[in-house]
Parts: sequence; C-alpha cells; structure tokens
Amino acid sequence: MSTVEVVVTGIGATTPLGGDVTSTWDGLIAGRNGIKTNDTEWAEKYNLPSRLMAPLAVEPSEVLPRVQLRRMDRCEQIAVIAARQAWADAGYELPSDEHEPVDPDRLGVAIGTGIGGPVTLLDQDDLLEQHGLRKVSPLTVPMLMPNGPAALVSIELRARAGVHSPASACASGAEGLAQAYQMIQSGRADVVVAGGAEACIHPITVAGFAQSRTLSLRNDEPERASRPFDVDRDGFILGEGAGVLVLESAAHARARGARVYGKLAGTGITSDAYHITGNHPEGIGQINAMTKAIREAGLTPADIGHVNAHATSTVVGDVGEAVAIRKAVGDHTVLTAPKSSFGHLVGGAGAVESIVTLLAIYHGIIPATRNLENQDPKVELDVVAGEARKLDLVAAMNDSFGFGGHNVALVFTAA
Amino acid sequence: MAEKPTDEEILAGLAEIVEEVAGVEADEVTAEKSFVDDLDIDSLSMVEIAVQAEDRFEVKIPDAELANLKTVGDAVTYVSKNA
Repeated sequence: MSTVEVVVTGIGATTPLGGDVTSTWDGLIAGRNGIKTNDTEWAEKYNLPSRLMAPLAVEPSEVLPRVQLRRMDRCEQIAVIAARQAWADAGYELPSDEHEPVDPDRLGVAIGTGIGGPVTLLDQDDLLEQHGLRKVSPLTVPMLMPNGPAALVSIELRARAGVHSPASACASGAEGLAQAYQMIQSGRADVVVAGGAEACIHPITVAGFAQSRTLSLRNDEPERASRPFDVDRDGFILGEGAGVLVLESAAHARARGARVYGKLAGTGITSDAYHITGNHPEGIGQINAMTKAIREAGLTPADIGHVNAHATSTVVGDVGEAVAIRKAVGDHTVLTAPKSSFGHLVGGAGAVESIVTLLAIYHGIIPATRNLENQDPKVELDVVAGEARKLDLVAAMNDSFGFGGHNVALVFTAA
Repeated sequence: MAEKPTDEEILAGLAEIVEEVAGVEADEVTAEKSFVDDLDIDSLSMVEIAVQAEDRFEVKIPDAELANLKTVGDAVTYVSKNA
C-alpha cells in the first residue's frame, strides 16, 4: 500500500465524441458513434484500403486563438485544450505574476504522445522541397517534437517540477499518468498535470497502419466498424484526441478543499520483450502489469469490479487481452471497450479511457461497448453491451497496450 | 513592388505582417515600439516576420541585419533603404 495517496481533482478531454469531458461521457453513455467515412481527397488519391477515421468533434480552431494555433502542432493544440479544461475543472486559475495557484516548483507535467507532430514534419518537408529553406517555419522543431505537448502545458501552467513525455505508442497516455503517480509518490511534486494526446490522421499514418493490416476495412458501415470483442471485428479505426487529468497528493487536495473524483491507487508497467507489434502469445506482460497495479493499490483481484479494456477491435489483440484479464483479475469483472465509440486515440487513448474508467466509478455506471452483437466465444467475460449498465464500483482498472510491447494497467478507486 | 514604397506604406505592411504572425493588433505596431520588449515578439516569430517582409518588400534581410532591427522604426528604415 502506498504511503502517499494520489487523487484526481480535474479532468479534461477533446475527442471524436465531443470537445470536452461532459459531451464525451454523455456520448458514451448514450452509445453515440464518433467514427466516420474518411472522405478526404488523399484517401481517394492513394487508394487507401481503409476509408474510416474518428476525427475530433470540435476543431481546435473553434477553441484557440489564431496565433496560438499557428504556433502549435495539432497534437500540441489538443493537449493544451484538454489541460486547460482539467486545470479549470480542478478549481485552479491560470497563473499570473500576481497569483500562482500552485507552487511552480511543486507542479509537474507528464503528457505522452505516440508520435507527436508527424503532420508538421511532413508539411514542412513539403515546403522545403517546393520552396526551399526560407519557407520552412522556425517553429518546425518545437511543433514536431513529441515533448512539445507536455512542454507547452508546463509553460502555460508554470510547472517547474519537471516535464515528462513518455512515448510508448498506444500506452503513452496511461504511462503519463503512471509517471505522474510516481512523481507524487516520490515527493517530487504535489500536483501533476498528466495524460496523453494524438492527432496524426494523415495519408502516411493511415497507409502505414493499413500496410500492417491493423485497420478495419468495413468502409461501407462506419458506425458498425469498431466492434471490440465481437466475432466480426476486423481492425481498429484511427482517431484523434487528448485527455488530461490533474493528479494531486490527497493532502494537497484536502488542504484546499478540492472536489475529488477518485484515486489513482496503483500502476503496473511491464514490457513484453517479444515482438515489435505483436503481443506475447501467453499475455505474460499484460497479466503482470495488471497484477502489479492491483497489488500496488493494496487490493485483490476480487476488488476490481470493472476493466476498461484496451480492446482496439483487432482479431488477435482483443482475445489476448480478454484471456489475460481472466487470468489476472478473474471472471467476475465487467468489461467495456470505449474504442467502439470513438476509435483508437493512440497516445490519447490511455488518458481519455482513464477518465472514462474514473467516471464509471464516480457515477456508478459503465458505458456499453457498441456493436457487440455476437461476442467472440473466446472472450469468456461479461462485456457491457446494448446499453450502459449501472453498477456500484469500489475499484476499476484501465488497460493500455502499445506497439513495442508496452503494457500499462492503472487501478482507480472511489474517493 | 513596382515603385519604392513610402515609409507609411512600409509601416502599414509591417504592421499587417506582425499581426498575422504574432497576433499583435496592427494599431499597436508603431515606429517607436521594440519588437521584443514592447510587442513581446520572440526570436522565432522575428524570423517569420523577416521572411514575410522580404517577400512583401522585395528586400533581403540577412540574419546579421535582423539582429540590429530592435524597433519597428529600425525595420522601416532598413526596408526603405534597401527595397
């Protein structure tokens, strides 16, 4: 059992279901779909096999001033948007010379991303090719670097206790939260703004994922394409989004009378050391991550009433995870897979889905997995389908796994 | 630009560029203002402003010269002399 309790006092997000947490959560509970036809000119031009995507519901240009937009990559923009929401939700004002709501030396940032700013990199390369050096933006490097989202948030919030930007593919957002937890546990910070962001819907990323045969090809039915745990699943849908949480030591939160959503009670990080994209066939890394997280939380598997699964809707991945959950947690736990609604947010996924996990505990209701019409018989677990299910939860877990063999499990508990 | 621009035209053009790049309202961009101290423009934005000014006024602004353009007025004078 940890000595320093870490609580969540603020949440922010921008996703394919909505421009904030409320609209995203309401969309999930209502079973709304955020997946669309990729009707871009480039999808046609390159004859890309997958014509599906999950773009943001609210464009950053509707939220940020023009000059801020032009100085940031889209991934950075949405990290800043989600961070501002989370910060305000935690009851903090933006810092000024007159008022710093948190001692900057006790405030950290840990916001991960899978790739960072590849769209900036490619756009600027086009400018270099077509017009030469003069047209390349002096902001190219700060816009493409994967620590950019975290760094910009640290500047905005005056966080001087250290800025981290884990890059562990689709587990990056969850690893950001795990890193924040460790920063608070070790006494390096009292408050850490943490999560993940991704905005990389671009011809080359879609082409690359298509070539690795991981994308859904259910092009004629976008609303039915993302179907984790269903027998007819055929791949994931690339989405974009960001999630940011304000984590705080319980003592710091209590001293200021903050509203607490729940606790981040345990983290488990392992690596497969097996294959660059494939999961270990026996799911050892996944099982160990879940077990470590439960143990660190001072709980037993029986306490984990709900698992928000990584489940991306790929043929191999979903079953492997279900088997690992059965082994690590047991067959009593109730699953859901929000990627069925908003697609795969890559580096944003673990953070947005952690918010969903936390809210499931907070509100006592688990969103349904969309499109679960015929559950794969190899998934021998109770997966919420059809409509959201009310359930009192003491503890729940979020799973995030990434290319490279990264496994991150986070256990959240009620406040 | 077919004819050499007047100082007023250069100032107005620079003000438009500064507004576009840095979001400072064009009315604020007056000759006596320092780019860094008064208009809060960083070195990265100065590079962008210089490139756009080069295109607009058909002038070359080498880095060594750019470093000397402290105020908006300095930039107007430089463009006026070199355009």
